[in-house]
Formats: sequence, C-alpha cells, structure tokens
Amino acid sequence: MSNDVKNFPKDAFDRITVDGKHAEKISKPSLNFWQDAWLRIRKNKGAIVSMFILIFLVVMAFVGPYMVPHDPENVRVSHANLPPKVPGLEKLGIFDGEGKLGSKTVNLYELKKVEEYYWFGTDSLGRDLFSRLWKGTQVSLYIAFVAAIIDMIIGVIYGGISGYYGGRVDDIMQRVVEVLIGIPTLVIVILMIMIMEPGIWSIIIAITITGWIGMSRIVRGQVLKFKNQEFVLAAKTLGASDSRIIGKHLLPNIMAIVIINIMFTIPTAIFFEAFLSFIGLGLQAPHASLGTLINDGYKFIQYQPHILFFPAFILSLLMIAFNLIGDGLRDALDPKMKD
Amino acid sequence: MAKYIIKRVAYMFISLFLIASFTFVLMKLLPGSPLASAEKLSVEQREVIYEKYGLNDPIPVQYVRYMGNLAKGDFGVSFQFKKADVTTLIVSKLKYSMILGAQALVFGTIVGIVLGMIAALKQNTIWDYGSTVIAILGVSIPSFVFAVMLQYVFAVHWEFFDVGLWNSWKSSVLPSIALAMGPIAIAARFIRTEMIEVLSSDYIMLAKAKGASWLEIAFKHAFRNALIPLITVLGPVAAGLLTGSLVVEQIFAIPGIGEQFVKSINSNDFAVIMGTTMFFSVFLIVIILIVDILYGIIDPRIRLSGGGK
Repeated sequence: MSNDVKNFPKDAFDRITVDGKHAEKISKPSLNFWQDAWLRIRKNKGAIVSMFILIFLVVMAFVGPYMVPHDPENVRVSHANLPPKVPGLEKLGIFDGEGKLGSKTVNLYELKKVEEYYWFGTDSLGRDLFSRLWKGTQVSLYIAFVAAIIDMIIGVIYGGISGYYGGRVDDIMQRVVEVLIGIPTLVIVILMIMIMEPGIWSIIIAITITGWIGMSRIVRGQVLKFKNQEFVLAAKTLGASDSRIIGKHLLPNIMAIVIINIMFTIPTAIFFEAFLSFIGLGLQAPHASLGTLINDGYKFIQYQPHILFFPAFILSLLMIAFNLIGDGLRDALDPKMKD
Repeated sequence: MAKYIIKRVAYMFISLFLIASFTFVLMKLLPGSPLASAEKLSVEQREVIYEKYGLNDPIPVQYVRYMGNLAKGDFGVSFQFKKADVTTLIVSKLKYSMILGAQALVFGTIVGIVLGMIAALKQNTIWDYGSTVIAILGVSIPSFVFAVMLQYVFAVHWEFFDVGLWNSWKSSVLPSIALAMGPIAIAARFIRTEMIEVLSSDYIMLAKAKGASWLEIAFKHAFRNALIPLITVLGPVAAGLLTGSLVVEQIFAIPGIGEQFVKSINSNDFAVIMGTTMFFSVFLIVIILIVDILYGIIDPRIRLSGGGK
C-alpha cells in the first residue's frame, strides 16, 4: 500500500462539511429499561430455553387434560394399574402397554381387554395419569402464582410504608418483622395447614403467612435507597402527594427487584405445596397436584415406577425453569445483584 | 458487639415466646381428639383421661402451665406412646437425625467446595458447565424427589441398598446423599463466585508475578479468602437440611425427629407436635444467631452494631 496521497486523483476525495447538528445525534434507537433488559437476557441461553419450557408447561397445564378423552378424576377400576401406551411409539417396543404381572412381562392392555390408549398409564383406581398430570400441574402453578402475588402485594405495601415513612413507624414495623423472621417457615406452614380444612386456599394461606417477609425487606431496602434521591426531592418540591411519589416515582424503580424476587418465590411455593402434599397435608383426593401425584406414585414405586416418574420429572422441570429464568432476570435487570 | 448480641438474644426469646403461644393456640383450635378412638370410650372414661392430662382445665390455666413447663425444658407427655415424656422422646430420636444431618452437611459442603473451585479455576470449560448444571439441579429439585429417585434406582432397581431399613452405616448413605444435594449446590455456586472474584484481585496477580505455583495460588491465596463468607450460607443450609430431613427420614424409614414429627401430625399427638415445633424453632434460631455472631467475629469489616444487616 502506498502512503503517497498525492498520487490519488483529486476526484477520489469528497469534502464533507462539519455540521454541529450531527455531533449530538444518537445513531441507535433509544431503549427503555425493559428493552435493554431484553437485549441482555436474550444472550442467556439457559433463561431463554427455560422460558420456552415454561411456556410449554403452562400451555400443557391448560390444554393437556383435554388432549385425551379421559377425565382426570374419573375412576374406572377395571382399567386400574395400566402401564403407558402411546399410539405410534408402541411399534418401537416402548410405551407399548407391557407391564409386569407377578414376575412375567405381559401386555396388560390385551389381558384386561382395554381398547383405549392411556399415554402415561393409569393409577390404582384406573384414573388416566396423562390428564391427571396436567391437571395437577395446573393446580400447582395456580397455587404458586396466587401465593407469589399475595406475597408481593403484602410485601410491597408493608415494606413500602415502612421504608417511606421511616422513623417510629419503620421502627415498630421492623421489630415485628425481626420477630417474625425468627419463626421457621416450615413449622408455621405445617401448623397452619393442620388447623384449616385441606384445600387449595389453606395451602395458599399457609405459604403466604410468612412468605411476604422476604419481599417486604427487599422493598423497604429499595425504598430507603430511592426516597432520598434528587428526583423524589424534585417531585416533592413540585408538590406531589405521597401516593403520587410512591406510585409514580418509587414503584417503577423497585419493580425490577420485585419481579426478580417473584421469580424465586414461585418455585418456593411450588416446593411447599409439593412438600405438604407429599407428607399428606396437602390436597385431598380426588383432586390432584404435583405433590399428591408424587405421593401416589411413591406408594407404587416398586412395581410401577412410571406413576412416580412423570410428576417428579415435571416438578423438577418447573423448578429448574423458574430458577434459571430468575437467575437470568437478575443478571439482566440488575447486574449489581449477581450472587 | 456485646450490645448487638444482647439485642439479638432478646429478640430470640420474643420470637420463641410467640412461637410457643402460637403453637399452643393452634393446637387448641385443631379439630380432632388426641385419643386414638375417642368415640368408643364412654363419657366417664373420656373424662378420666382428660382429667389425667389436664385437658379439662380452662384454657388460660393450661396455657400458663404449658409455658411454665416449657421454661423448665419440659415439653409434656406424649399421648401416643405410653409413659414417654416428649423431651426424652426427642432426645432419643435426635441421635439419628444428627448423624444424618452432619453427614449430609459435611459431605455436601466438601463436594460443593471442590465443585465450586474446579468451576472457578477452569472457568468457561466443560468442567465449569458441568458443575453449574449440578448446582442448578441441586438448588431446584426438592430433596424428597431426589430421595425417592435414589431409592428407586439404587435400592429398588439395583438392590445395592436396603429399602427403608435402619441398621448400619450403609442405610445412611442414600438419605445423606439426597440431603447433601442442597448443600452441594449452594456451596458450589457460592465458592465459584467468590473464587472468581478473589482470583481477579491484585494480590493474586502479585502471587503469580512472584512465581507461585498454580496449586499454591489456588489453595493458599484464593481458597482461604473465598471460604470466609461461606459461613454465612452454612446457617441457612443447616436449616434446609432440617426441612429436607422431615420427608427424607420418612422415605427411608429413619427413626429420627422428622419421621416422628410427621407421624405425630397424622395421629394428632399435640404434645409431641408442640415439643418438636419448639425444638425445631430453638434449633434454627440459635443456629442463625451463632452464624451472625461468628460472621462478625471472623470478618471485622462487618459492623453489626448498626442494627442488623
């Protein structure tokens, strides 16, 4: 390459005019907070894959029970204890309806003269496990979401008031929290569930009774951080009311952390529900949740492990997906909060 | 520091008092009778039994008596087992739970530390991803699901171990592994982030510059500094072990406190439930208190006197 500029023809050069207007021009479109977060989370493969898995599970939880012509709560003793049988796959030698009877392997569908297909088999009362599994997932997700939302509402209100008003109000409210936080969650959850009628709402109440504390502490910390900043002072100077400052200026700023926290509350709630159902304190038959299904399956672990396998797998998948999305969101929304 | 400890201990007692009262109220609200077949007894017989256990006194009297006994460390008498006072019952069961918990904690922490160190030293290699996957599985999957899976694979399918029998150290292998998954995951994640942070600090660069070997840097310089904050997470981990052991003990038929607790719930044994609740609470609260205080002593940069975290 030649450095001799003089050899270039004159018309190869173009005079540009320096225009002051262009110096300040932003060439990329301006992104708001959420678009920015989306750009960052998009790079996190684990979170994206988890998001798709989660969407699939949620859709299946609603569609699944209607995909097969069996009612999840319909008892048919003549069809009890059938192994999985799926059309198509049966020709490959898997999911072909063969199971153990005594020590021999026989096709139980032929033996019991069952014409229908039970994709995931049936339980000891002849209920279809495929529709039961998705019905159970639906119930578990419902419990977890409602519990997380209630936790959020109580936590944000309590933490917000405590942090915003400060002083004596904060003092009293924080003493209460300090006492409550010492109480082991699991013990309280078990005790609460014992005195209430078993059902979805008693599980939700039991989970939320101490669940909001974590959220309230985080919200209080955030409110304390933001309330003395200049933009709040400006709003106050302009005569904004307390509710306007909280709703318009503080809440949007703490929303990211609240959402991250919800993503970790949901799997905790799923865990507590499964845990309670597993020790026999959760939902009562014929209703299903992932916990009761695992409990049912556990009773037949020796002869029909598939009853246990499917709900345990879905439960694990849900927990992993929520945790990975939570991690991804935390890294994307608040890079400083990395663990 | 002394002021902080006194304050924390005071809160601890308030918490315990509230838990005790709360438990008492809940037990009184609980539907059902602790007597196994109350309907079969005549009214007189029932009266005699209720009188004997003081269940006929007005509730405030029962409350004061219960709290008084608690203060003396007396949790009352079990309805379920003949002539067994709850304290003795808990103590006799404690051994098994302790063995299990300690095994799981030690095993889990060591494996977790090793995994975390490998991940940090070989960052962004297959080793790192492998240990991250294990950590995510450990954090996400409940210990009872692990327990059931382990039991199926190793005890039912391959028959390496007995299913639900407690006789030798061999019976404690599977439950300990199931319980250790949580600690493994938490320790691995924690050590990884800490190590990566420490490894990028100036004194590690200095150690490298003066020619220290790879092993020396990893263990002598980086690991020791990464280890200190691990103590903070070990407290909640110990609490998690307790949580997990409730069901894991039941799954593997280990005669520990967790199994006893679940059994008592199913048989409405008020005294044992209250006793175990109080025991769990004291245990957890004391552990967390010790961890907080220890942390302040070990790492003088943390100023606790400012009133908590």
